[in-house]
Amino acid sequence: MTSIRLADTPLLTYVLRRADDALVLGHRLSEWCGKAPLMEEEMALANMGLDLIGQARALYTYAGEVEAKGHDEDALAYLRDERAYRNLLLVEQPNGDFALTMVRQLLYAAFVDPYWRAMMASRDTTLAAIAAKAEKETAYHLRHSAEWVVRLGDGTAESRRRAERALAQLWPFTDELFHTDEIEREMIATGVAVDPATLRDTWRTTVAGVLARATLTMPEDGWMQSGGRGGRHSEHLGHLLAELQYMQRTIPGATW
Amino acid sequence: MVTPDREQLRETARRVAGAVADPEIPVLTIADLGVLRDVRVLESGIEVDITPTYCGCPAMTMIALEIELALEKAGLGRPKVVTVLSPAWTTDWMSDEGRAKLKDYGIAPPQKGAGRRALFGVDTVACPQCGSTDTAAIADFGSTACKALWRCNTCREPFDYFKCH
Repeated sequence: MTSIRLADTPLLTYVLRRADDALVLGHRLSEWCGKAPLMEEEMALANMGLDLIGQARALYTYAGEVEAKGHDEDALAYLRDERAYRNLLLVEQPNGDFALTMVRQLLYAAFVDPYWRAMMASRDTTLAAIAAKAEKETAYHLRHSAEWVVRLGDGTAESRRRAERALAQLWPFTDELFHTDEIEREMIATGVAVDPATLRDTWRTTVAGVLARATLTMPEDGWMQSGGRGGRHSEHLGHLLAELQYMQRTIPGATW
Repeated sequence: MVTPDREQLRETARRVAGAVADPEIPVLTIADLGVLRDVRVLESGIEVDITPTYCGCPAMTMIALEIELALEKAGLGRPKVVTVLSPAWTTDWMSDEGRAKLKDYGIAPPQKGAGRRALFGVDTVACPQCGSTDTAAIADFGSTACKALWRCNTCREPFDYFKCH
């Protein structure tokens, strides 16, 4: 089915970026269904995925209202191509092993938890309302992933090796959390958005605290990868979207 | 203008909608949970506001459907069910009656005054079976988005804990 095209207006793009983050990470977590290392994690991963997909739904619905062209949450999720997706590269990285999934969750949650808390003061009342719901959920995601990173880092030689490998692999994607461009700056200037740069210290303190308890070393900032906010993705997003969108692309408007 | 009739209709609609049970915790009504936020009687019909407990709570669609069904059955016509996000739902809105029903059902009710979560768990939760506070978390995420799985070290029974939110 033909993809929909959207205008790059600041508020629409801003909302879509957050919606895409939540949907893509929520989808990644859903990929664990039936494959988690233990029953409790099976439920935890699905629960966190459900929270994120719920947040994505609220954000896409709002994006549809902002655009006012009749696109609903489904059209925005299912009928945009890879280049139209504006999520962070961090959230589209494949699940890898359990350690990678938990480290990815920690790095994202340590940012998005204070982000949503700050967004509760947004001048945009819809975003503030979504933020007030999301911040309660992400607090649990942060706690859960933090506890696992501690267990893995301070666990067996094998779990530690995997946690270290995950950190090294994902670290280059963390700088993008704090990037701003013209669109973001306009939203910050009008009081709609918070400046992510103001959250960097909080993020570092949280991550450093967890890694210290996990007896893991905080990686040095080296080459940092970015591009997701502009629609330039790693090779992984296309495969994810192929699975996510397959049914609606094949049988447009299918319901059951 | 609010006429006495209209006010009475609103009360009836509120009572009928409020009696709808949570599909996942059937001992609780949506009034007990605080999910029912408002009922309005307009020229166009009745409008019911509900608020989700969690963003992704799959019970919301079911609850909206049950409200439509309940009001129609009561002869009040098909209402419009609106989902409102603000103010964000909190476990503090759960009625005392709701908390008592939860405990009787074997689910530890949420503590009042839901604040920020500590980064690492420090909660004390009393066992809904024997009342002991010698309990331990098994998993932060339980069978539904709103619950965690705990275990009592005194009576050795596992139990659900309705998480603070």
